[in-house]
Amino acid sequence: MADYKKALFAQMIKDFAETEVKPLAQDVDEQERFPVETVEKMAKLGLFGIVVPKQYGGAGGNYDMYISAVEELSKHCATTGVILSAHTSLCAAPILEYGTEAQKQKYLPDLATGKKIGAFGLTEPNAGTDASNQQTVAVETEDCYVLNGSKIFITNAGYAQTYIIIAVTGKGPKGPEMTAFIVESAFEGFSVGKKEKKMGIRGSSTCELIFENVKVPKENMLGKRGEGFKIAMKTLDGGRIGIAAQALGIAEGALDATVAYVKSRKQFGRPISAFQNTQFVLADLATKIAAAKGLVYVAANAKQNKLPTLSVNAAQAKLFAAETAMEVTTKCVQLHGGYGYTREYPVERMMRDAKITEIYEGTSEVQRMVISGALLKK
Amino acid sequence: MKIIVCVKQVPNTTEIKIDPVTNTLKRDGVPSIINPDDKTAIDVALQLKEKHGAQVCVLSMGPAQAENALREALAMGADEAYLLTDRAFAGSDTLATSTIIAAAIKKLGADVVLCGRQAIDGDTAQVGPQIAEHLGVPQITYAAAIDYDEESQALIVKRQFEDRVQTLQVKGKCLITVLSTLCKPRYMNVWDIVNQDEKEVGKITFADIEVNPADIGLKGSPTKVKSTATKQFDKTIETLELDAESAAKAIVDALKQRHLI
Repeated sequence: MADYKKALFAQMIKDFAETEVKPLAQDVDEQERFPVETVEKMAKLGLFGIVVPKQYGGAGGNYDMYISAVEELSKHCATTGVILSAHTSLCAAPILEYGTEAQKQKYLPDLATGKKIGAFGLTEPNAGTDASNQQTVAVETEDCYVLNGSKIFITNAGYAQTYIIIAVTGKGPKGPEMTAFIVESAFEGFSVGKKEKKMGIRGSSTCELIFENVKVPKENMLGKRGEGFKIAMKTLDGGRIGIAAQALGIAEGALDATVAYVKSRKQFGRPISAFQNTQFVLADLATKIAAAKGLVYVAANAKQNKLPTLSVNAAQAKLFAAETAMEVTTKCVQLHGGYGYTREYPVERMMRDAKITEIYEGTSEVQRMVISGALLKK
Repeated sequence: MKIIVCVKQVPNTTEIKIDPVTNTLKRDGVPSIINPDDKTAIDVALQLKEKHGAQVCVLSMGPAQAENALREALAMGADEAYLLTDRAFAGSDTLATSTIIAAAIKKLGADVVLCGRQAIDGDTAQVGPQIAEHLGVPQITYAAAIDYDEESQALIVKRQFEDRVQTLQVKGKCLITVLSTLCKPRYMNVWDIVNQDEKEVGKITFADIEVNPADIGLKGSPTKVKSTATKQFDKTIETLELDAESAAKAIVDALKQRHLI
């Protein structure tokens, strides 16, 4: 990608995030509302189809661009960042990678233009980190698969129309045989259940999905029968880079807000930025953010170029960026003192938002399993 | 309908600081932007294209780096972009600039020319009207709204005055200068950013247009800037600690003393 295009994209997304996303962030959090108006604006600009090739209605851009969009949006509103990440990494990307030509032609244009929003369903009440313990079943009949069961904690649920759903289709040699399906919200028997009340990213819609005899056409099977677990894990490799970018954005947003605050807040007759404690804390936070940024873009490059190191790169990026976001936001609240604990200042929201990045799309512990697993396998 | 939008790349004056020693603008490291009135003009042209069908061509005169402004216009959705660039153009004042731009417009051909009202760095508001004079087409300045009436095949333009709005109908070729308040210009979009390769920025040099060398550049510029001065602000602050009644009186007295009330 030519440098001038990267520069134009960076200018556009920065301008958009500051002008359209930042002013709504506090309200989206307090009202726990999905920012529908922002999503419509993002759709018009092509942000939902950055990595989707042109022949399917996307822009044909690269992962760097997409990841920088999640980062830039999350600097001001982590809710907006995760809407884009879940849509792109967990729905459009697996259709692009594992879909048949007919599936790509049917589903990608609406996803790329944001006419439809995408989501992904793997997690169940008894299948969190132990993702293979799936209870949702898809029974093959003559003309379709009949889906029964439920999923929980599904990002974009209720606002998405296209879902990638993992279900058990039989018994495999090493446990349940799992298969991925493209499920439309309009299919009969599909419904959205309880909406979670969360600590952070409160504008993001996180709900239960319920399947009651949902007839999924056979042509909606994504990949081959029995490939569902593999597809889910590979999809999450990509998703983790999006979440790492979200965490990076939260950390950067908190640091920016704190730098401005310490220069204006006076104690003992001078701005608190004049104290060496403040200076040293800021220096450490900025350095960790720079390191996290490096890891995030190494992982984005691995995804773009389909490198074999992708799983480890993505796990390291997410682990480090998420833990950095938590540390940075906690320390930024501390530097704000009592004001940082109030909702007058954005760092309070950012600290609550940061926590989820250590949990979803694989906890920090799962990332450590992935990284150490690859090391010890050698 | 072919629309040519004239744009200028300008320093982002909101980020400019003044050198306290030399009293000149510190332009180093100040990002360049599309002049705000011109950016609105681009949006207006794109709106006309969306509603009524048009070919939108963006034209700028400046050094090589002005290509960035044209790239941004293409990323907003413009169809074509041309950069007028040549050493022979350097030093042109508004008259010489308008001579060059008008010659380029004659070469490219246009039904409607849109310009921003004025540039935030020069603030003359002269180039648009001068281009219209060179082209011999009617001009409408200070446009606050522009639409196209398919039936009469005419543009309907609302012209903003301080105290009133004039609605004009214009048929045939014309030049309109646009106020930035007309609309909020759109963002660039991802499709047009990524797929810029399909739209190259064309270069137009002295050799490509028909102008008399005596009418352009420094030679063709009757305006000479003798000097520029930065306005000085007296920012002394006086603090008075008084009760409310005396404070009110003191403020009124101070304002009267300075003939402000």
